[in-house]
Amino acid sequence: MRYFLRRTLHAVFLLFGVSLLTFLFSALTPGNYFDEMRLNPQISPETIAALRAQYQLDRPLPIRYAHWLNAVAHGELGFSFAYNSPVAPLLWVRARNTLLLTVTATLFAWLLALPLGVWSAARFGQAPDRVVSWTTATLLVIPDLVLALGLLILAVRTGWFPTGGLVSVGYEEFSPLHKLRDLALHMALPVLALVLAALPMLVRHVRASVAEVFDAPFLRAALGHGIPHRKLLYGYALRAAANPLVSLFGFSLGTLLSGSLLVEVVMSWPGLGPLLLESILARDLYVVIGGVLLSMVFLVAGNLFADVLLYWTDPRIRTAASTK
Amino acid sequence: MSQRLKLTKWLVVLVVLHCIVVGAGFFAPYNPVEQDREHPYLPPMRVHLMDAQNHFHLRPFFHPLRLRTGSFDQYEEDTTSAVPLRFFTRGAAYRLLGLVPSRLHLFGSTDARIYLLGSDAYGRDQLSRILYGGQVSLLAGLLGAGVTLFLGALIGMAAGYFGGWRDELLMRVAELFLALPWLYLLFALRAFLPLAVSPIQAFLLVVAVIGMVGWARPARLVRGVVLSVKERDFVRAARGFGGSDIYLLRRHILPETASVLLTQAVILVPQFVLAEMTLSFLGLGVPEPMSSWGNLLASLQQYSVLVSYWWMYLPALAIVPFFLGYLGLASALQQRTSPYKIEEQSGWNPS
Repeated sequence: MRYFLRRTLHAVFLLFGVSLLTFLFSALTPGNYFDEMRLNPQISPETIAALRAQYQLDRPLPIRYAHWLNAVAHGELGFSFAYNSPVAPLLWVRARNTLLLTVTATLFAWLLALPLGVWSAARFGQAPDRVVSWTTATLLVIPDLVLALGLLILAVRTGWFPTGGLVSVGYEEFSPLHKLRDLALHMALPVLALVLAALPMLVRHVRASVAEVFDAPFLRAALGHGIPHRKLLYGYALRAAANPLVSLFGFSLGTLLSGSLLVEVVMSWPGLGPLLLESILARDLYVVIGGVLLSMVFLVAGNLFADVLLYWTDPRIRTAASTK
Repeated sequence: MSQRLKLTKWLVVLVVLHCIVVGAGFFAPYNPVEQDREHPYLPPMRVHLMDAQNHFHLRPFFHPLRLRTGSFDQYEEDTTSAVPLRFFTRGAAYRLLGLVPSRLHLFGSTDARIYLLGSDAYGRDQLSRILYGGQVSLLAGLLGAGVTLFLGALIGMAAGYFGGWRDELLMRVAELFLALPWLYLLFALRAFLPLAVSPIQAFLLVVAVIGMVGWARPARLVRGVVLSVKERDFVRAARGFGGSDIYLLRRHILPETASVLLTQAVILVPQFVLAEMTLSFLGLGVPEPMSSWGNLLASLQQYSVLVSYWWMYLPALAIVPFFLGYLGLASALQQRTSPYKIEEQSGWNPS
């Protein structure tokens, strides 16, 4: 229990730090949303001053931060000037779409990376291992932007996948099965881009950490006892190699969130990415802060999940935590 | 292959690649901002050695493109005229390295313009724009890595050398930066910097933003080295002789961090080039008419371009050989310093 308490405290500290950091950045901002309003001769300076006062942009930074924290505590994330609506509902819809993409991609990437990595480690230095190594090396030198654009061009030229958007026109009238199929088709391309971008790093790490435990005496003993090869690989070796992999899970989440931001913009997926970009260009302060913070919440949640997983798989952590 | 040979191989690859980009003026046939409004979106031209009668010519030639009859955007080769390709010709004036004025180009032609990689919406030569764009992108990556390593070394040395609450504070902040997804961090930083600026200012902004994002990892590595080095005998001896903190850091501790910094530099540069590409692609980086690998791709955000003009994608591929070179060099360097830790360090995302 102490272990989880410590991890949660750490997470809260992290979120707090990020919010402070983004606010500090925002204080450095030359110009804000109302500067462009000021150029409009139809809006009087008094109106702008009143608006600024209403959103408390005329107050000093610490007070603004305190107000904002207070609002967050009440479940509000500030106000979007451009959309003229509270930030929270705006972000929730987009965040749901982003989560749909990243969670699916994470799942697929790990489901592919684990067997590939273990298989490659089991045949360390042999032909299959070399094929896997070469493939991951090739994927590693193709950056995600290049990959996403390439896939998009492929889709456009072949017409196999719909390009852009979450669902087709007339989605509401589809039958449930048709709806699922439509959504899956729209998701296929962005998910593929994300998986291919994340895969090489994951496979390499799985391979390295499984290969490392392979020489351990307990595995050779198990082999001597005649335990089946498959069970040896997935039940024993993978479990012993789990510790660095679970930490990697947290990191991979960060990469996927970053990648998703880009892929969403490239493939016009209505997630956080396009919204964030729009609000940066419009100087829509609270949306940017909210978006960055929300991504941080995902990351922290993912890391907490990884900690739970680690606690569950690795008895060494449990004993270390209970003796403390 | 022996390790030294591997290192040399990748170094040679990288030097050649960088020379091509630095000498963009010579390798590019045209000025990158020179427009040819008569020929927007020309597809890449083919260079021939065999003519229509199947005769072999030693000098390569190409056919100028003309509009296919009855079409307004489909081109075909005009086989009635053949334009010879000339090597080491005189063409548009440029300054090599920004200093040496010259008009010499690797290739070109006198009668018609040649577009080896097609042309863009304004009829500008894609090949020239890619080569010149490489200068901007690579410089941004190199300078960004320089800023990051400077910050990282400074913070890492301060944390490791002075220890105590300073170490605690700095490392907590570093953790924060490590935890944030790097693109979000980049966005957050860029969001609060001015948008409407001149190309040069925009370039410097991009360098600053990129440089401020990635300092945490080098800082932690440097801190680790400093922690072990500062207790070594030669450092203690120097302190005993009355060396000041600054002197010890500069003269005895900084040199020990060199190999860590070098490896980090090789890992960081391609990532930062990619970061510049990403920012410029999204319209937050280097603006037109300056070209960079990122903003050359920006036109792909229009659906019509994506559907009809596939050669606008070619700038994206320019970064791939550089990535290959830097990753190869990084893994060769890491094998030399710590043969067993290759996989751990080569995860190439900066977060």
